[in-house]
Amino acid sequence: MTKVSMTVNGKSVSGEVEGRTLLVQFLRENLRLTGTHVGCDTSQCGACVVHVDGEAVKACTMFAGEAEGAQVTTIEGMANADGSLNTIQQAFQDHHGLQCGFCTPGMVMSAAALLKENPQPSEAEVRDYLEGNICRCTGYHNIVKAIMAASGQDVGKIAAE
Amino acid sequence: MYNFELVTPSSVDEAVAALGEEDAQPLGGGQTLIPTLKQRLAMPTKLVSLSRIEALKGVKSEGGALLIGGATTHGTVAREAAGQFPGLADLAAHIGDPAVRNRGTIGGSLANNDPSACYPAAALGTGATIVTNSREIAADDYFQGMFATALEEGEIITEVRLPIPETSNYQKFEQPASRFALVGVFVAKYADGVRVAVTGASNDGVFRWSEAEAALASNFAADAVEGLSAPDGSGMISDLHGSGSYRAHLVKVLTKRAVAAAS
Ligand SMILES: Cc1cc2nc3c(=O)[nH]c(=O)nc-3n(C[C@H](O)[C@H](O)[C@H](O)COP(=O)(O)OP(=O)(O)OC[C@H]3O[C@@H](n4cnc5c(N)ncnc54)[C@H](O)[C@@H]3O)c2cc1C
Ligand code: FES
Ligand code: FES
Repeated sequence: MTKVSMTVNGKSVSGEVEGRTLLVQFLRENLRLTGTHVGCDTSQCGACVVHVDGEAVKACTMFAGEAEGAQVTTIEGMANADGSLNTIQQAFQDHHGLQCGFCTPGMVMSAAALLKENPQPSEAEVRDYLEGNICRCTGYHNIVKAIMAASGQDVGKIAAE
Repeated sequence: MYNFELVTPSSVDEAVAALGEEDAQPLGGGQTLIPTLKQRLAMPTKLVSLSRIEALKGVKSEGGALLIGGATTHGTVAREAAGQFPGLADLAAHIGDPAVRNRGTIGGSLANNDPSACYPAAALGTGATIVTNSREIAADDYFQGMFATALEEGEIITEVRLPIPETSNYQKFEQPASRFALVGVFVAKYADGVRVAVTGASNDGVFRWSEAEAALASNFAADAVEGLSAPDGSGMISDLHGSGSYRAHLVKVLTKRAVAAAS
């Protein structure tokens, strides 16, 4: 076991990990931040997306030891300071961007990364960016709508196909 | 996953020393290796992460070539190659998804040499030089069949030097489930000739379609490919996603599209 230290959602944290401990395991099992989900464990579904030093990564496909000293943000760090939902989260609620909610933490983290680099994405750009985030419930339309709405765009014209 | 020791050196020398141990293996972005470890298809005793070695990261141009550090992510290449070598930036921008591109590296992709991976087509299609901690290997000698390369045990890719073409394009026909290339074709035009490299198709991994190269050297137009017969499908990958002859057909179609896009 070796010691690993990082900043998660603004707080300094540390813990003992094995070489093989995945970042997602460290977040969920050591820190009990269970908002980050494991949907596939084969690097394909994106339920585990978190931000490491500002970039979206799959926490199931990175070792905890590789995040030594990093700034990590998880879904637990996304709400506003007063605990209310942030713009993206609120848009998911308003536009019915979730059903079971399992994929939602990863969707919100990917959406936040997208809007940081492209504040007004087109519908095609949103769909393209979500390539690595799989949802088994919604059929994606309302997720795309929510993200477009969160970017301040008129979503009246995005009809469910 | 079996357990191992993870080390994160900050220099190439330290990494090479750590890799001298038996059953030690480099870790690039982990986007192929970690899923492999989860399936217990590999059992290194030590993983030597290259992600903290700043000397292995970055994109710069020098003497008509683009020099990319071995641990540079696909995302960085997509951003930083866009001005000088848009064909390569576009290839990098379509590997996997954004999260994969934020971790996966050019060195890891070339070391792995998956028969359906994208970067091998760019490396062979530009006649790149694969630079390691101990030598320089020409792309024509580097790729040695599916998942096989000229790399020795413990040797790491430190840099990839890709001659910048006058124009280039990569056409990827995505396998709809994995989004890897069912077939991918990279076409690059230089003052002294044209190179056409094909990934995803052959049982021997990435290869050059020399008939198309010859035809395009005298006439760089999609029509020049039209007259050729598709490469022989008998040595091509045949699986539930497509037969060998289907892949052979795609090689020709995608070559034409790549030339049209690059013209
Ligand atoms: C969901 C998903 C979709 C993907 N889609 C595509 C796609 O469309 N096209 C595509 O081409 N790829 C795709 N990939 C693969 C991705 O590009 C990987 O990043 C890449 O193949 C391996 O790079 P890595 O840095 O992650 O290497 P790792 O997984 O860390 O390592 C792979 C192998 O290379 C070795 N290695 C790593 N770095 C070096 C080095 N510098 N020198 C020597 N050896 C090294 C390792 O020991 C290991 O054997 C996808 C992956 C995922 C998870
Ligand atoms: S759990 Fe990480 S990609 Fe599915
Ligand atoms: S809401 Fe159920 S998986 Fe997306």
